[in-house]
Amino acid sequence: MIAVEQADIRQGAFELRGISFTVPVGSYAVLMGRTGSGKTTLLEAVAGLRPVRAGRIALSGTDVTHARPAARNVGYVPQDGVLFTSMTVRENLGFALRIRRWPRQLETERINELAEILGLTGLLDRLPRGLSGGEVQRTALGRALAFRPRVLLLDEPLSALDDATRGEMITLLDVVHRQTGVTVLHVTHSAADADRLADLVLRLEEGRVIA
Amino acid sequence: MNQPASQPPAAPPVRSDWPFLLGLAILSGVYVMLIVAMLAADLTFTTTGHLLAALRSPEIRFSIRLSLITCTLTTLLALWVAVPIGYLMSRFRFPGKRLVDAILDIPIVLPPLVIGLSLLILFQTPAGKAIERIVPFTYAVAGVVLAQFAVACAFAVRTMLVTFDQISQRGEQVALTLGCNRAAAFWSVALPEARRGLLTAATLAWARALGEFGPILVFAGATRLRTEVLPTTVFLELSVGNIEAAVAVSLLMIVASVIVLTLARTFGLRQPLERVL
Repeated sequence: MIAVEQADIRQGAFELRGISFTVPVGSYAVLMGRTGSGKTTLLEAVAGLRPVRAGRIALSGTDVTHARPAARNVGYVPQDGVLFTSMTVRENLGFALRIRRWPRQLETERINELAEILGLTGLLDRLPRGLSGGEVQRTALGRALAFRPRVLLLDEPLSALDDATRGEMITLLDVVHRQTGVTVLHVTHSAADADRLADLVLRLEEGRVIA
Repeated sequence: MNQPASQPPAAPPVRSDWPFLLGLAILSGVYVMLIVAMLAADLTFTTTGHLLAALRSPEIRFSIRLSLITCTLTTLLALWVAVPIGYLMSRFRFPGKRLVDAILDIPIVLPPLVIGLSLLILFQTPAGKAIERIVPFTYAVAGVVLAQFAVACAFAVRTMLVTFDQISQRGEQVALTLGCNRAAAFWSVALPEARRGLLTAATLAWARALGEFGPILVFAGATRLRTEVLPTTVFLELSVGNIEAAVAVSLLMIVASVIVLTLARTFGLRQPLERVL
């Protein structure tokens, strides 16, 4: 579950005040809003990358308002994927597992499992530089899911993709959501994405979230 | 202003691009030719005999060795300092940051002789004298390294700052969400992505250190077989009228620079050295 209560978030001159919303366990919530409405800022606050000045954020029942990003155990897929360019697809997928010191064999099994689901098996030894937009997004998704987080945060995961790839990615997100039962908060400005994926549509308008 | 709306003024004929392009080509060509001509002059002036004679001289051999050792030490020290400073300045905001940023540029703009003099005076203070009792710097090899470091490090710092500025912070943020603390995000994500910049910084620092002369002369002296580095050799040989040896040693430095530059480019330097500054 993701629960945001009366949160004030500021980034430079931009400010969100008194934001409240709840995403029930296992739901796929799509947060919509115009460019510049603060969707990304809100997502980053849930991930722990922006300080919350007032209010409260809880994940799976635990108050994480002031917890460091690492302690929140959320899978975060930033806009454009932002893969680690010095690492192969395999190393990107296994990053969170190496940090958590998973045994080598478990790590390999998990990477292979993710690669299978996400269609990355043939790309494991490639560096991010030559990957297509869809491959980058799938790798970023796998990297975020590797350690089996209970909450997945997606920042415009489809915006940079062409129509065909977009369709595949939507199907994939749907499959992943069903298989893992992860609670998703997906930020987008596209109503079409919301129609295809959302159990719950949230709108960020004039600094308020409307369900 | 009172043109009838039905008759907008005709666009003037577009003039040729040639004068502009020709101007660019000529002005660029003049400078490139100057560089090539200087190197060519050195090459034609020197004979193999001069070079061999220079290489046989024990003083010059000593200065080659000292130059290579001190430049490498200076480069390592410079990187060791430049990476944290570059990262700190690029990623964090803190009070007095603009002042620190300005201070970091001082060695780049200060006349080299003044740096040497400042070091000399610094080590005459009580604190400096206390340090000298443990490690002698003034007129010693350690002084050569310190004089090189004072200037070369500033260039490495600038390079690392630009490098970290160009690397998006978002990679490290993702690493934080994946379970890293800041240190782990730095070592596993930021630093590997900065490796080209690291190489550029090392190249610049090494080249700067190799050419350092003024501060070394003032602070470490120009004692043969003691604190003599290659630029000192050129100066000493010139001062006794031995132009052949001076040019031969200069040529050695040119060769060393070309090798370093080539190595750096081969290992995938993205931008020419000047562009980082």
